[in-house]
Amino acid sequence: MNQYQVPTAEKKLIGSHILVAILALALGSFFGPLQAFEHAGWDFYVYLKPLFKSYYQGLTVHGVLNALVWTTFFIMGFLTFNVVFGLKRPLKNMLLAKVGFWMMVVGVVAAAIPILANEATVLFTFYPPLKANWAFYVGLTLVVVGSWVEGWGMFMTYTAWRKENKDERTPFIAFASLVTALLWQICTLGVAVEILTMLLPWSLGLIDGVDPLLARTYFWFTGHPLVYFWLLPAYISWYAMLPKQAGGGKMFSDSLARLSFWMFLVLSTPIGFHHQYVDPGIPPIWKFLHSMLTFGVFFPSMMTAFTVVASLEYGARKNGGKGALAWIGKLNWNDPSVASQLLAGILFFFGGIGGLTNASYNVNLVLHNTAFIPGHFHLTVATAVTLSFIGISYWLVPYLTGRKLWQPKWATIQAWVWFVGMIIFSNSMHVLGLLGAPRRVPLNLAPYVPEEWNSRLFQVGLGGAILFISGTIYLVVMYMTVTNKQRVEKEVEVPIAESMQDPAATPAWLDRWAPWVYGSIALIVVMYGPMLFELIKNISLTSPGFRVW
Amino acid sequence: MSAQKIHVDSYERNWMIISFVLLVVFALAVSVAAFGLGIQVPAPEQRVDPRTVATDPNSPWSNPGLREVSAGVYDAYILARAVPNWEYLPKEITIPVGSKVTFYVTSPDVQHGFKIQDTNANFMVLPGQVSKLTITFSKAGTYNFICTEFCGSGHGVMYGAVIVK
Repeated sequence: MNQYQVPTAEKKLIGSHILVAILALALGSFFGPLQAFEHAGWDFYVYLKPLFKSYYQGLTVHGVLNALVWTTFFIMGFLTFNVVFGLKRPLKNMLLAKVGFWMMVVGVVAAAIPILANEATVLFTFYPPLKANWAFYVGLTLVVVGSWVEGWGMFMTYTAWRKENKDERTPFIAFASLVTALLWQICTLGVAVEILTMLLPWSLGLIDGVDPLLARTYFWFTGHPLVYFWLLPAYISWYAMLPKQAGGGKMFSDSLARLSFWMFLVLSTPIGFHHQYVDPGIPPIWKFLHSMLTFGVFFPSMMTAFTVVASLEYGARKNGGKGALAWIGKLNWNDPSVASQLLAGILFFFGGIGGLTNASYNVNLVLHNTAFIPGHFHLTVATAVTLSFIGISYWLVPYLTGRKLWQPKWATIQAWVWFVGMIIFSNSMHVLGLLGAPRRVPLNLAPYVPEEWNSRLFQVGLGGAILFISGTIYLVVMYMTVTNKQRVEKEVEVPIAESMQDPAATPAWLDRWAPWVYGSIALIVVMYGPMLFELIKNISLTSPGFRVW
Repeated sequence: MSAQKIHVDSYERNWMIISFVLLVVFALAVSVAAFGLGIQVPAPEQRVDPRTVATDPNSPWSNPGLREVSAGVYDAYILARAVPNWEYLPKEITIPVGSKVTFYVTSPDVQHGFKIQDTNANFMVLPGQVSKLTITFSKAGTYNFICTEFCGSGHGVMYGAVIVK
């Protein structure tokens, strides 16, 4: 088998992304269980006092490192890999990619210093007028701009490839990665404007106050598509890699896979008000319209579910799988990369249902800012996304380093332990939310906690402990892999599930960028324009900053 | 020349139809709740200056509390504040069973939440904005209202209660 050889410089760049990502996951995940243990009544923050001042500082570290740093670095690395490997072409401009990467690294360090010094205990949503040290905002800006620069590098590589290959369909993994990078460029405008026009000048003392409602609106302009920025790389793997790994499956429908990515580009930004259903100052009609489009963006996820399952089933039946569901047993569960991603997909089914629940304007009244929300996003970003990325790393790290995966059996166990721990943790968080428990609260100390929550709070701690074990196994496996003396005999095969149809049968309009990009911008203007205009026209920078932690 | 039409497998077409119908049903259910059943979410009510809202004598929040509008109908002006001590003012309001209360809540400092347990009242409280919601208490009991948005070290102890007698 002759596969395209990714040049060493590109491999190093991609590997550096994965390394930073895993370091962030390691430190961030250390604090995850501490929150869970607190709920169960085992407060470890007492012992960390000299270093970490509070539950909330730990929660900030956990949220920023896991939800923002781990994901962004892993994704930029994985997308770069997909563009280079998919197009069979080195990056057009390596310097640009390196500049982007180092901007992101400097940004993480700049944000980490005030967080660790307890000068930015504002959680990963950093809602003003909680006012962090200016370095925190500078750091976030650098991470975002660095990721833009890397995105431009990917687009330049694509343009160069297109010149060399005028009539070819863009290979799927490259196509889908470019769409993901483009979505990120569009949607991060919200948070960039928030920081550059309000939070940064305010933290530097150039302006006296901010407008909290406008800040929230900018934030959620980015905040919901952020979810898709996390999710789409996992989808790329599920669509185009997992079927091959799980048993020689092929991608069921290349055209519909591409159509679903375009739908994500168009629909995932103009729906941010569904995070602001219960904000004052925004007319209910906009909230309602955004809720309708939120249901719309669920449609391409349903299409994804079909194609992925059909592709897996195709491979399993070829290998002798039978029955309505029994074929699932024929999938290659012994491969840790497969097991991780299948388990991630199974829990994502429930995460998706929870997402629809939150999106429902009316039901949200019961759930808003309750423990249901972190319960939900630990199924999505912390399992569907994170466990899939872990699964990807089980082949990608040996591929990049040329070292054998250490003890694949332990890697498989890790995935199952995560699955079990997350079911316990997430289920109890969902139930607590329905009972009325708020999120972001050290519930062990809260004076209003009724007796009936206690058994669930214990389960939160138990789930956290099991997840902690799984996370530890993962880090051990990764450490032992990158230091493994045993090398792979020949380069690890990159799993690519071919399309069942000839890619040339994919209509050309699914490979044209302009209509989709203009469509996406037009829909954003229609769905956000009037309200943003109204809010900016009435801007009142009257909220001074507070450091109340 | 390539095809212009997408080839769709018949299973997949059926699945897409089912997905579409399902989402339309959900959307209709939400629409009925929003327009038919009178589910309320906060709307633009009033902008205030967070720097003076708690102290300006013309501001109702300089003297927060319950005002009886007519028999069994009340306005409740509530101030949610982190400074100095993470609390709602007033911390408790007491009303007779069957009372209809319109809450007007704002913050002079950071963002807060306001969720009355076991009811549909759950909304954000933002400095500079007023969150308004009307709710009828038809059963006796103590209904805690709790802060649901991170507002600093004391966030977890910030709560109050509606006592319905």
